[in-house]
Amino acid sequence: MAAGFAQWGNDLYSGKRSYNIVGHRNRWFLFSGALVALAVTFLLARGLNSGIEFRGGSQFLVSNVSNTSQQIATDAVIGVERAAVPLVSLVGGNSVRVQAGDLTADQVTAVRSALASGYGVATSDVTSTFIGPSWGADVTQKALRGLVIFLVLVAIVMTLYFRDWRMAVAALVALGHDLILTVGVYAAVGFEVTPAGVIGLLTILGYSIYDTVVVFDKVRENTAGVADQKRHTYAELANLALNQTLVRSINTSVVALLPVAAILFIGSFLLGAGTLRDIALALFVGMIAGTFSSIFIATPLQVALRARERGIAEHTTAVLQRRVAADVAVTASGVPAAITVSAAPLHAGGHLGTAAQPKRKKRRSPGNPKR
Amino acid sequence: MRTLVVLAIAIAALFGTIVAGTQFSKATLVPKLALDLEGGTQIILTPVLDTGATVSDTTITEAIRIMRQRVDSSGVSEAQITSQGGRNIVVGIPGKPDQATLDLVRKSAQMRFRAVLGVAAPDAKSTTATPSASATATAKPSAGATPTAKPSAVATPTAAPTTQSTDLPAKPTSASDPAYLTPGLMAVFDGLDCTKPENRRGGGADDPARPLVACDPTGTQKFLLGPVELEGKDLSSADSGLKMGPNGVVTNEWVVNLQFTGAGAKKFGAITTRMKPATPPFNQFGIVLDGLVISAPAVNEPITNGQAEISGGNITRTSAATLANQLSFGALPLTFSVQSEEQISATLGAEQLQRGLLAGLIGLVLVVIYSMLQYRTLGLVTVASLVIAGTITYGLITLLSWTQGYRLSLPGVAGIIVSIGITADSFIVFFERVRDELREGRTLLAAIEQGWERARRTILAADGVNFLAAVVLYFLGVGGVRGFAYTLGLTTIVDLVVVFTFTQPVLRLLARTPFFAEGHKFSGLDPNQLVSAGARYRGRGQVARPALAGAAPQVADDGPRLTIAERRAAAARAQAAADGNDAADAGSASSKGSDN
Repeated sequence: MAAGFAQWGNDLYSGKRSYNIVGHRNRWFLFSGALVALAVTFLLARGLNSGIEFRGGSQFLVSNVSNTSQQIATDAVIGVERAAVPLVSLVGGNSVRVQAGDLTADQVTAVRSALASGYGVATSDVTSTFIGPSWGADVTQKALRGLVIFLVLVAIVMTLYFRDWRMAVAALVALGHDLILTVGVYAAVGFEVTPAGVIGLLTILGYSIYDTVVVFDKVRENTAGVADQKRHTYAELANLALNQTLVRSINTSVVALLPVAAILFIGSFLLGAGTLRDIALALFVGMIAGTFSSIFIATPLQVALRARERGIAEHTTAVLQRRVAADVAVTASGVPAAITVSAAPLHAGGHLGTAAQPKRKKRRSPGNPKR
Repeated sequence: MRTLVVLAIAIAALFGTIVAGTQFSKATLVPKLALDLEGGTQIILTPVLDTGATVSDTTITEAIRIMRQRVDSSGVSEAQITSQGGRNIVVGIPGKPDQATLDLVRKSAQMRFRAVLGVAAPDAKSTTATPSASATATAKPSAGATPTAKPSAVATPTAAPTTQSTDLPAKPTSASDPAYLTPGLMAVFDGLDCTKPENRRGGGADDPARPLVACDPTGTQKFLLGPVELEGKDLSSADSGLKMGPNGVVTNEWVVNLQFTGAGAKKFGAITTRMKPATPPFNQFGIVLDGLVISAPAVNEPITNGQAEISGGNITRTSAATLANQLSFGALPLTFSVQSEEQISATLGAEQLQRGLLAGLIGLVLVVIYSMLQYRTLGLVTVASLVIAGTITYGLITLLSWTQGYRLSLPGVAGIIVSIGITADSFIVFFERVRDELREGRTLLAAIEQGWERARRTILAADGVNFLAAVVLYFLGVGGVRGFAYTLGLTTIVDLVVVFTFTQPVLRLLARTPFFAEGHKFSGLDPNQLVSAGARYRGRGQVARPALAGAAPQVADDGPRLTIAERRAAAARAQAAADGNDAADAGSASSKGSDN
């Protein structure tokens, strides 16, 4: 399998095999647009099930318990409200504190009696109060402010590094796409949103931009001298870069996804590590979206933006015209022209620097200049 | 090679420091865990209120916000702060909090500057009842406006015992005007006994518009103070440090440096200008924190640059840091008392964490298997690099949990798991670039050289963006966001360190071994597997061509793409064919030049 994969990688690199992603960009834009629309629909229709940390909720204190197992409390709350993610902890030596978000008055009564019977104590030993959010509006506000400043800085840094604001715009659009999809999956699955999930979302943010930068760096490398040649258009070179980094993208996302997938599928579904599942879900969805968007959204969008640029547009027209002329010429001689974009299309070779030159074995001592 | 040795020494030093720390200090060999993983202490704080008074939601929210800022600025411990039942505040702190931490969340830290009108020995002068405030407070019905002056203040045992009189002088000209010293106030002043500890507990709910009598925290003096002239909100920042001596020499004394805002600096300048010529004690101003005079310096010269420092007394390193921290984020709108302080267990059971870690471990094994499949022996380099990265991360986290009070929470663990992907990506980018160079037909050493140059740029750019995210979120976020940002920044740096000082040198070393240099089938760098697509220059004028079916010499047929060499070769071939000499094309470098 690996040999076949390596062969595939070779073909992608050399241009022998090529997926025309940039050329079919409208198809991918449409596809992602539909996904985003679906995510937004879910978001609007079902909304997010925000956890106790964001909205506050009910807190139960079971006193005088002899058995301090946390599982009893979890079962008692889930027996009343399936979607709840109760936070259970022991307080002092013989009390159990149970926090659960968003319970109706009836449910609170039900949980109280369930807790009392579960721990074998009188109902009067179970008290309930309302607690406020620990992740209050001020935390969210600060996080959002940090986010906005970060995005502005990223836009500036990317513009400076790539010397092209379009790459920054494309990267941010791809990032937005990833975040919306992740949040949409949250809404669709109906998992409770906890701070851990929000952290997961922030992680996605870093990962998405990271992945896009890696792909863009290859695009930058391939298109560095685009105006100096007349063989290939900007779009073709960008597409070649995509194909050449495809193996990297697949390997990276598999390596990054394996631990996350293990936690999500083995951890939460088989072993029952319920509290890890929301962060694992956010990471799983977000990483797939991040890899997808850096290939199918960011680069095509960046090409679409660049194609409007005057220099690039003129260059593209010139290349195509030249190709048509050549085609006519070649067809006249009876041989069809094959237009493939091949590896390292622009520079047949580069100077490797003086380090690559043969070294003289013995050097004259530096103190003795030539006489 | 040298970098590898340096790296080994650095790792040894890291763990040596930790081991030394466990011997001589309170470091531990495992990182400390946060509230959600380890549990800690739950403190329930109740606002100190007069009977019948209520507290609004906004006040509680504001108090929580300030507490959170104070806790966050003292480290990355990720305390959890919530309101309970609309009036109590529940603070969850990992581990066992010390007095400084308790003060951080509990003290209201209302700082006010008042002019000193009188100083006296701490004991009560007359034998009249100590809380004579109640007696004088009833003298005027307007007492209702000042909660502390109400007689009920005496009934509440936790209420501030410092007192104020309500009879105001006719028309004071300034805050230092002796006209404030009305008989009523003097009676209160005389009655205050600062030798009793209950009178030195502080409160902070005094009326800023009225004079105040207050003790100092040690009970050595009592003060009669004018109305408030400067408040905590006139401060722009506060930090702690060692006092600078007259010649710029650092002394051994801890101080809190205050920086006033523009308006505050102006007011402070006016106060000090007014006080300079005055006779003692009118040339002193008292810095009142929560109803206690923590310092009452005399003015030697007007201070107009808006900088002041609090020194003297019993300020230690910890208390200076705590006070600076409290002042920086403003006063709590309420004073709180501790209602209960109990141990709580982790909200995430140990079982759950173990399951999660087990699942993560399975994932790691899968990563190892996958990289071996993809990169053969080279996969081992990936695995070794990940192990090194893991070791360094573990060491750093342990070190930081000792020195910085960092605690690993569930989001932190998640950040580390994701970092596996980002760290591994650096290697993958590097390996793929090396393979690309091999495909172009370079020798292994040259391919590593060139591939590293290109990969380095990409890795730096991508990691730079990640680090930027970490820095911004760390400085602007609070609570869990900060913990996450901390981990992200840490792992990003570790990634760079490992790729630069381990992976790259190791690959260079390996490239010298015959196994890799000759491109063994299982080395992951087998040129024959990588260059099937085009011709490869083997050196010494020889070109290796892939053994493809029908490997007839590829006569370039797409007119415009012919290179000069190709054109010449084609011409030569045509010539040869015309001459009827078939052997001409053997060994000629007529490969399709544009393919490599």
